[in-house]
Amino acid sequence: MNNKGFSLKDLTKKRLFMPIACLVVVLLINLIKTPDFFNISINNGVLYGYIIDVINRGSELAILAIGMTLVASSSGGTDISVGAIAAVAAAVITNILSGGTDSVSEFHAPLAVAILAGLLVAVLCGMWNGFLVASLKIQPMVATLILYTAGRGIAQLITRGQITYIRVDAYKVIGSQFGHNPVPAPIYVAIFMIVVAALFLKYTAFGLYVQTVGINAKAARLVGLNPVKIQFLCYMICGLMAGIAGVIYSSRIYSCDANNIGLNVEMDAILAVALGGNSLAGGKFSLPGSLIGAYTIQALTTSLYAMGVSSDQLPVYKAIVVVIIVSLQSPELYKLIKHHKKTGAEKKNLIKEAVQS
Amino acid sequence: MKKFKDIDTNKFLLAITIVMFFVMYIAGMIIFNKQGFAKPQVFLNLFVNNAGLIVIATSMTMVMIIGGIDISVGSLVAMDCMILGDLMMNKNWGAWASMLFVLFIGIIYGSVQGFLISYLNIQPFIITLAGMFFGRGMTAVISTQMISITNETFSAIAQKKITIPLFGTMNKHGKMMYPFIYPSVIIALVILVVMFVVLKYTKFGRSIYAIGGNEQSAMLMGLNVKKTKFFVYVLDGFLASIGGILFCMNTMAGFVEQAKGFEMDAIAGAVIGGTLLTGGVGNVFGSLFGCMIRGTIESFISFQGTLSSWWVRITIALLLTFFIVLQSIFQKVKAKN
Repeated sequence: MNNKGFSLKDLTKKRLFMPIACLVVVLLINLIKTPDFFNISINNGVLYGYIIDVINRGSELAILAIGMTLVASSSGGTDISVGAIAAVAAAVITNILSGGTDSVSEFHAPLAVAILAGLLVAVLCGMWNGFLVASLKIQPMVATLILYTAGRGIAQLITRGQITYIRVDAYKVIGSQFGHNPVPAPIYVAIFMIVVAALFLKYTAFGLYVQTVGINAKAARLVGLNPVKIQFLCYMICGLMAGIAGVIYSSRIYSCDANNIGLNVEMDAILAVALGGNSLAGGKFSLPGSLIGAYTIQALTTSLYAMGVSSDQLPVYKAIVVVIIVSLQSPELYKLIKHHKKTGAEKKNLIKEAVQS
Repeated sequence: MKKFKDIDTNKFLLAITIVMFFVMYIAGMIIFNKQGFAKPQVFLNLFVNNAGLIVIATSMTMVMIIGGIDISVGSLVAMDCMILGDLMMNKNWGAWASMLFVLFIGIIYGSVQGFLISYLNIQPFIITLAGMFFGRGMTAVISTQMISITNETFSAIAQKKITIPLFGTMNKHGKMMYPFIYPSVIIALVILVVMFVVLKYTKFGRSIYAIGGNEQSAMLMGLNVKKTKFFVYVLDGFLASIGGILFCMNTMAGFVEQAKGFEMDAIAGAVIGGTLLTGGVGNVFGSLFGCMIRGTIESFISFQGTLSSWWVRITIALLLTFFIVLQSIFQKVKAKN
């Protein structure tokens, strides 16, 4: 019957089946609802269209998802401070470039120095989280909750509560396009980060170490790994990724709005990881899964916008999606369903017996 | 050496908090004496402004004792305020009916979260994070505009002054002014005491401590872990809604950005008050002091006048970190012993 060795059951068992299926479903719904979803045109020398928008806007999310995957895998928790870290990094960069004023039309400091400083601050934030989680053994969410709420306050203090504008073309490059290349620049940045991460995981044992620590930290220590160091590194990388995302966010709007940069993005990043088939309780991870998850989430966001949902209301839909995904991941759910079926069958048998006698 | 061991480290943490509160308050009385920090009304305002927070921190303490956490409370409060505003101002519901409806919503919210956390065994963080986004989003779905509440009954309940005939001060016109509180403070304190009794002296409360201490052994003892956890989250949703109503009585409005970061204040209140993040240990009166420390910092910043209000959040974050680190150190010392 199934001699070719290919069956639907085998297919659904594949790790990447869930994320790809979700992506296909989202795209199909879009195809029906908004037929021009897949149209691509060139406007003002830039590729234009919904699908380009998804890939473009999904860049930051994909970058964040890399960091979040490592964090979730190694510590069994998630870093909810990524949005705030992105805001802090953006605030530092714009503040250095503007030299303390609210709006400038030329740099007050070299761009490279400012971006490096911003990324450094983001890494420091990541190290802070890593210190709390890895060294002090505080639950990741409580530890990162501190920066989640205080981070935006710090960013506000850096920008003195103002929105700092950098009206220099060189600053807009990362968020728009390189020269006359029609492909938006954030896509290149995301591809670069993905390739670096993939090579790093492929040619070093780091990915394996992370998974070992996530599955059983004690056992990892017994085989000679240092779980504290590895978890710390994961949070540090997550901070760096948040910083890079912050650079793109800020460059897109050539300013820093400390209240809104990366707002609610932590939820998206966590969703991307969960949707990618990775357990949020730690252990094995799949980077391609997370990345597909990230673009799926962005496709969902873009299509909800296309259907006229306001940005304030988006979290409702995303919250429902995340609850459905984690419920489906929960083994308890299947036990409950089995139990119900069983008791249902038992009842039927009882009724049968009662009828027969 | 034995004597030191006898002092319970948890009680020691609580003692630090209480001493800290009084030191801070007395320092404030000295520094801001001219602006009238020493007035009894300023002290009572700590309760008046934080009535909602006290209830929510109490409920957070309970959730944290069982080893869980609820970061959806801030959004739930915002949603409660918005529903109250929408029902009373746009749908012409009565004040009491609206409040009952909000309590009902709180129970539903708590049951859904409780079911997912206890029966499907999903991490409380993930579920309540989803709850946090859901609540905030729903608030925006109801209305993105701010709704001011001018319902007469509601205002009458919210702003009925209860004067305390002690420590009166003369005002400029030579009239005796007594310090006052609002009914919300009394509700908050009653709930605090009730929760103290429930946690300490009932079967339900003792099961919570047992499960938080060690879930495995609680199960072996024959406690119904899942059921208890479920009811903790249901009660948490209910109390959070009461907190939301009290919060609304203070602000008299509903808007999307309301009570942002409230979950952090509540968690900070509980942790500063000596509740362990790992579960099993905690006291609602400690959380009261935690909330009052937050209130004192807030008063400092408003009396000082020039500092940005963001400093409240940053100071609370620092204090939270300090106490978390302290807890972690105590835990390590204990493990060595």
